[in-house]
Amino acid sequence: MLNLVANNSMVTEHEAAPDRITSGPRGPKPRRTLSRRNIVVYGTLIVVALYYLLPLYVMIMTSLKGMPEIRVGNIFAPPVEITFEPWVKAWAQACTGLNCDGLSRGFWNSVRITVPSVIISIAIASINGYALANWRFKGADLFFTILIVGAFIPYQVMIYPIVIVLREMGVYGTLTGLIIVHTIFGMPILTLLFRNYFAGLPEELFKAARVDGAGFWTIYLKIMLPMSLPIFVVAMILQVTGIWNDFLFGVVFTRPEYYPMTVQLNNIVNSVQGVKEYNVNMAATLLTGLVPLTIYFISGRLFVRGIAAGAVKG
Amino acid sequence: MTSVSVRDLSLNFGAVTVLDKLNLDINHGEFLVLLGSSGCGKSTLLNCIAGLLDVSEGQIFIKDRNVTWEEPKDRGIGMVFQSYALYPQMSVEKNLSFGLQVARVPQAEIDKRVARAAEILQIQPLLRRKPAELSGGQRQRVAIGRALVRDVDVFLFDEPLSNLDAKLRSELRVEIKRLHQSLKNTMIYVTHDQIEALTLADRIAVMKGGVIQQLADPMTIYNAPENLFVAGFIGSPSMNFFRGEVAARDGRSFVQAGGVAFDVTAYPARTRLQPGQKVVLGLRPEHVKVDEAGAGDAAHQAVVDIEEPMGADNLLWLTLAGQSMSVRIAGQRRYKPGTAVRLSFDMGVASIFDAASENRL
Ligand SMILES: Nc1ncnc2c1ncn2[C@@H]1O[C@H](COP(=O)(O)OP(=O)(O)OP(=O)(O)O)[C@@H](O)[C@H]1O
Ligand SMILES: [Mg+2]
Repeated sequence: MLNLVANNSMVTEHEAAPDRITSGPRGPKPRRTLSRRNIVVYGTLIVVALYYLLPLYVMIMTSLKGMPEIRVGNIFAPPVEITFEPWVKAWAQACTGLNCDGLSRGFWNSVRITVPSVIISIAIASINGYALANWRFKGADLFFTILIVGAFIPYQVMIYPIVIVLREMGVYGTLTGLIIVHTIFGMPILTLLFRNYFAGLPEELFKAARVDGAGFWTIYLKIMLPMSLPIFVVAMILQVTGIWNDFLFGVVFTRPEYYPMTVQLNNIVNSVQGVKEYNVNMAATLLTGLVPLTIYFISGRLFVRGIAAGAVKG
Repeated sequence: MTSVSVRDLSLNFGAVTVLDKLNLDINHGEFLVLLGSSGCGKSTLLNCIAGLLDVSEGQIFIKDRNVTWEEPKDRGIGMVFQSYALYPQMSVEKNLSFGLQVARVPQAEIDKRVARAAEILQIQPLLRRKPAELSGGQRQRVAIGRALVRDVDVFLFDEPLSNLDAKLRSELRVEIKRLHQSLKNTMIYVTHDQIEALTLADRIAVMKGGVIQQLADPMTIYNAPENLFVAGFIGSPSMNFFRGEVAARDGRSFVQAGGVAFDVTAYPARTRLQPGQKVVLGLRPEHVKVDEAGAGDAAHQAVVDIEEPMGADNLLWLTLAGQSMSVRIAGQRRYKPGTAVRLSFDMGVASIFDAASENRL
């Protein structure tokens, strides 16, 4: 009898154990895809995305229509008959006052301005930032203060003095002059960016390299550069978009045959002769915006990572 | 023969003086530990010896050569950092050979030295890996290897083990000691871990506020601390201190501290203790004997407050005449809180300090 009772209790215990395991929550917590929180979040995101995408949509649609269709139709309607004529015209035939060879000339001017400016300014600024962060040379603090102040002076007050300086140097109106200007104006913010990034790298790494006998350039090239890809991408994006989109310096410091794409775009869109060709204007604008847009698409992820890693740290 | 010699070294950061006229001579093949609390200038001193900081005043000699103005690479030192400081984009092998490549050592020689360091530190299987793919202990071994391949006379360690967990720390501690015994280099080792200091060092320099308080072998530091700071800094739990006054009775000397009189006739004082002198008596927890209460004289009756069994030994916190103190006894001897016990003291290993100057008497 006693035996039986003991047996019984054992059996119930045995059964209770697996029961406890199967009945309770187990494994990943289930999530409903259509929860209220998700609807709010995705709803907001979709609305915001539409808000920004709508103008782009209108531009693309318009640029693919012929003029008769534009005059008739509503701007949101997709083209009845797709034509690439406006794009070709914008690139190769659109008139800007004197000549009628389209945006292509401006495009190549912009490339010839942007590529050297970006490379030179990033090279100099990264070396500056590295020197400021790691080699505390005499007058480093003063130098840094001047740079910071430089970042806050409005461009406009410096235009006239710079025109004079460039004229004296004999490069006023040339691409070289404009490249110099872009390099100088990029310097404060880029140096700040690089200095903060390098200052955030562990100091002991720099010390270890010095004990290993590496000098200024070896440490920069072999140790710092390979660790700094994200911040170089950030700097490149800032500079490419900044310089590509620049209008003011392009107008002021170059002659018409060297006008960058943005200035030429303005001249096409604002040209007063003849009828306004909306489709050509839209195509020209899209063409001009294509370069920064491509850069964003390719390196957006790296950009965000770099900003998070370097730019916010003091 | 001195290996490293620091003469009247001063260092200021702007208006802040971190090191002030510091002198230190380290013998060839010696393992010297710089021990001190955070911010006392240990790393600063090490960086000065390495040449990573410009000194404000004074001289540094390595192997009897004045290196005060030399670059770090020309001083014949290798350095190991707390954060390992491995070059993240280079493989372990590249990390080890980087310094040699910079110095344009022939490739055959580089291979030989890297292989030797890898063998000594047992990191051959890791040579192809990047630092991110290593554990903390392996990283630290690579960092030591980087100093090893430089074939230098002086090794500088800046808290190399403090980023590791307790078990690894004690393992690598033994490895570093073994390394020193086989290489016989001079090693200067910064730590704020007193166990590391006591176990590794030939001599310990205890620092406070940029000043070396005592420079001696570990046993002397532990048993005969030069001043109150060293006495309190070394040892865990800390030495028990009793503030009191010297008194003489019947040809015997006493330290009268509150309600207790300690018989210090057996204390090997450097100068005679003057009656009326204000002193601090220091007793290490393991230098106190605990007996059952009742027997013998009633002078040193104490009550157990808290018992902390630690396995090998047992730590008692007692109240002796209103003052709290700790006593270390064998692990199997247990006392319940509230038990009354009788204490006796071994004055031959006690320490007595002047209350005003805080120096050993
Ligand atoms: N670059 C600097 N500028 C100003 N003060 C500094 C600088 N570096 C260190 N100090 C100061 O010098 C003192 C000693 O610093 P040090 O790094 O040598 O301390 P430590 O003994 O190594 O401490 P820890 O055990 O925390 O590493 C500290 O008070 C610190 O604030
Ligand atoms: Mg330190």
